Amino acid sequence: MAVTIDDVRHIASLARLGLSEHRATAIVSELNTILSHMDALAKVDTAGVQEAIGVGAEGLPVRADAGPPFPLARSHDAFAPSLRDGFFLVPRLSTHESTEDS
Amino acid sequence: MSARSCAALRQETAAGRITASDTVRAAVARAREVGAGREGLNVFVHRDDADALKQAGALGERLADTTPGALLGVPVAIKDNIATLTMPTTCGSRILEGYVSPYEATVVKRLREAGAIPIGKTNMDEFAMGSSTEHSAYGPTRNPIDHARVPGGSSGGSAVAVATGIVPIALGSETGGSVRQPAAFCGIVGVKPTYGRVSRFGLVAFASSLDQVGVFGATVDDAARGLGAVAGHDPMDSTSANIPVPEYQAGADAGVKDLVVGLPKEYFPASLDPEIRRLCDAAVERLRGLGATIREVSLPHTDLAIPVYYIVAPAEASSNLARFDGVRYGFRLEGEGLRGMYEATRSTGFGAEVTRRILLGTYVLSAGYYDAYYRKAQQARSLIADDFRRVFESGVHVLFTPTAPSTAFPIGAISDPYEMYLSDIFTATANLAGVPAMSLPIGRLGGLPVGGQLLAPHFDEARMFAAAYALERALGEEAHR
Amino acid sequence: MTATAPSRTVNLDAWEMVVGLEVHVQLKTRTKLFCSCSADFGAAPNANTCPVCLALPGALPVLNERAVGLATRAALALNCTVQPVSIFARKNYFYPDLPKGYQISQFDKPLALDGWIEIGTRAAGSPIRIGITRVHMEEDAGKSVHDRFPGVTAIDLNRSGVPLIEIVSEPDIRSAEQAGAYLRVLKQILEYVDVSDVNMEEGSLRVDANVSARRRGETKLGTKTEVKNMNSFSGVERALEVEFARHVGVLEAGGMIEQQTMLWDGTAVRPARSKEGSHDYRYFPEPDLPPLILATEWIDQVRKDLPELPAARRARFAEDYKLSEYDIEVLTANARLADYYESVARAHGEPKAAANWVMGEVMATLKTSGEDVARFRVRPADLASLLGLVRDGVVSHTAAKQIFTRMVATGDPPAQIAEREGLIKIDDDAQLAVWLEEVIAENPAEAERLRNGEKKLQGVLIGAVMKKSKGRADPKKLNQLLTARLTS
Repeated sequence: MAVTIDDVRHIASLARLGLSEHRATAIVSELNTILSHMDALAKVDTAGVQEAIGVGAEGLPVRADAGPPFPLARSHDAFAPSLRDGFFLVPRLSTHESTEDS
Repeated sequence: MSARSCAALRQETAAGRITASDTVRAAVARAREVGAGREGLNVFVHRDDADALKQAGALGERLADTTPGALLGVPVAIKDNIATLTMPTTCGSRILEGYVSPYEATVVKRLREAGAIPIGKTNMDEFAMGSSTEHSAYGPTRNPIDHARVPGGSSGGSAVAVATGIVPIALGSETGGSVRQPAAFCGIVGVKPTYGRVSRFGLVAFASSLDQVGVFGATVDDAARGLGAVAGHDPMDSTSANIPVPEYQAGADAGVKDLVVGLPKEYFPASLDPEIRRLCDAAVERLRGLGATIREVSLPHTDLAIPVYYIVAPAEASSNLARFDGVRYGFRLEGEGLRGMYEATRSTGFGAEVTRRILLGTYVLSAGYYDAYYRKAQQARSLIADDFRRVFESGVHVLFTPTAPSTAFPIGAISDPYEMYLSDIFTATANLAGVPAMSLPIGRLGGLPVGGQLLAPHFDEARMFAAAYALERALGEEAHR
Repeated sequence: MTATAPSRTVNLDAWEMVVGLEVHVQLKTRTKLFCSCSADFGAAPNANTCPVCLALPGALPVLNERAVGLATRAALALNCTVQPVSIFARKNYFYPDLPKGYQISQFDKPLALDGWIEIGTRAAGSPIRIGITRVHMEEDAGKSVHDRFPGVTAIDLNRSGVPLIEIVSEPDIRSAEQAGAYLRVLKQILEYVDVSDVNMEEGSLRVDANVSARRRGETKLGTKTEVKNMNSFSGVERALEVEFARHVGVLEAGGMIEQQTMLWDGTAVRPARSKEGSHDYRYFPEPDLPPLILATEWIDQVRKDLPELPAARRARFAEDYKLSEYDIEVLTANARLADYYESVARAHGEPKAAANWVMGEVMATLKTSGEDVARFRVRPADLASLLGLVRDGVVSHTAAKQIFTRMVATGDPPAQIAEREGLIKIDDDAQLAVWLEEVIAENPAEAERLRNGEKKLQGVLIGAVMKKSKGRADPKKLNQLLTARLTS
């Protein structure tokens, strides 16, 4: 499965990484080299093998439905790049959609 | 030369024979002496001497405690991907330059409660992605034994802080070997606990199913005390185990009589540097001489470790690093609209290796490739974990291997990413299987430190430390020659 | 390209609408799904945030126990099979109100599968059953406010991390009307088991629809489009009709339906501006959360503890109270009202009288005040008391209405009010006779006409006495006395 420049542009878009054409081209060969080493994996017989998920057999711990909330030592204005009236501000979305396209 | 040990500092501070402030001043002086600054070894991204002295001063009140804190008066260094309240947490990246976390990692809270004094945040490969601490936005860190060489990575700064005697212990993080390998390259002790042994709350995530906070120590005892102070269940981390933490320093005199030590043949390939093999053999002989039984074993899926690691880790990283978008904190660069802002921020804020791994990770998770790559890798991972389980169930108590396939290489020597990934060849399996592992010095090759690695079953750090204590004592000064 | 009603004749009857609905419901927990911030709304922007729901570096999720209980309860009420092992997964995409850049949801192994609800009966009498493919848990995103400040979008993360369940129906819905019925039944069931406020106006219930069309008789599914942004159940019904008509228009003309997302704006659907193809969410199991393991005994206990469901309640009302179907519909519309009614009926002992008063005075009052029946000032025991006073003839029906009004205003018990305001029924013949004389004297013409046989004026004179007596006179007695008086 060779990675093409179109693949790289597509995944860069998915990952919101602005890649220059020059960089994208270089990445094509870098990724292909790395992925070629992964071929060893394709040869392994994993039929019926469980994926390694989760830590113990105890399952997922839960917490009570109660406060207090985890405190912040500083308010948002100490670290937010752009804040007004308590809102985080970002450039206006060009379409008012409920989910962004990927 | 190392700093005073944790045990000594605790005893002396509790007795009032030394003050924590003096200890901090000594650490600061030592840092200057060894050239830890940006132009020299480049150990710290940030140091706050005034704050450290203030904390040291405040410790005076703690002297009245009936039980002195486990790390009372001990100065510590903290890898810059662990959240601290007063010093920035940059993860070695431009994208978090100047970011001061408004909350503190559990491990830092526990260190302070134990009476330790954080004196600085150490340099690292950006977002812990690297094996040399060359990929930091704040410049490379240098190996103190040979300034033209790398200290290892990604926790290079913390390793050097301990190796140069500035502090007796430091926190690092492990995902594929980022504590053990620099410990081996710098001639100190480095421990990766069992996955779930130490809280990850406040450790900036790289690969969530692999990450663990690790501990560097000048000696096995320092590392044991350091780990004991931070380990244990944390309700803020759903992957942390609810299993009691023994006192690891209690294993100091346990010895290795009747301990069964396994030597997995896949870690001693024909291609292994003969000098490293010779040093390993000598260490093994020491263990045998102390009463251990040595057994050759096999972990047959070891060769899958690098492919599996370099699919699983970047995949999880690509998701974990999505939160760095310039919206709520950190670096922001405006662009054309929202999308432009995302892309400008992330392309400028992230370095080349991070970008490469995010792309690789996004690719292996993307539609059409998930089954062939990510799912397959997670299945192969189970096979790797099963190898360990089977060996440990067959009566083997600990495993011994070399930590790294080479000694510290020159800065700039390895430019091929995959070649760099191969540095993790002996360490990544422990992260994938979740078993505890540690490196300790076993000698020198051409003047450069070589590390030997011990691995143990899940949550059996005590047995691992017992073997390490015994080996360290048996090798003595030979380990540093 | 915008579509409203079809602009040229298409033969809709030859086509069948196929609809599946995805409903997101906010669970009524006190805190968020993965952190202890308050889940309440109304707070100042970003007041309810912490490292976890802000997605600060190093923060980790910890699951809310109560959310699991409520989600399980909902799934069981919808006849689903709750899975003993389910797995949280990351759904990865970039949006400013999604702080982590991924949503923690469930993908391959959801909480529950294979449920159904009945939304009515067919002409032949068999029930119309709509399948529920799955119910899973996930966290809500924050809010993006586009028009508060010029040129920027304002982000409020108070809602980020609030627990949701997503209920996905099978594509079994065949008309806009069925879609509306599905939503109403679903809402009622979830309200009955008290897992959510299920209020679409407030946003605790949201609906997305998947619509396709196929020729009648065809079994294969057509290409579907997704419709979003509907704000009411009737809005859903209208949007479905418009989008279905658009599909038919395209297909009849020989075109192909483009798989895309459409937005409803109240009258029309228009395509959401989307890039090539569908979203690639790159789902993978959430490494920060081990699998959720639910013991069979625990699931069974949740099932045992399920509050009575609407269908069962309706059946029981018919059996126990012998009320008409209409009365039952009204009284069981929501669980709190049904609870209220039952308390009154049981205390009073006469279900029909209780039904009349609850459907009448009580509901009218609640409608005007906008209050919730659960917080209604008139306690069921007191209303039953009042009904008792009427039945026993202590107060007249008219007086009772006045007393009720005072009860609403003060919360005082009826007997006390009746005493205090002198509303106890007067059936003292002497007093009644005095008032009668006064009324007859004041209305001589009417009295005369009544004496001459215009029976309907009886009511007028009685009414006048009632007025004089401030409603306290006993009308029955009055009738007797008046009749006697005028025939003498």
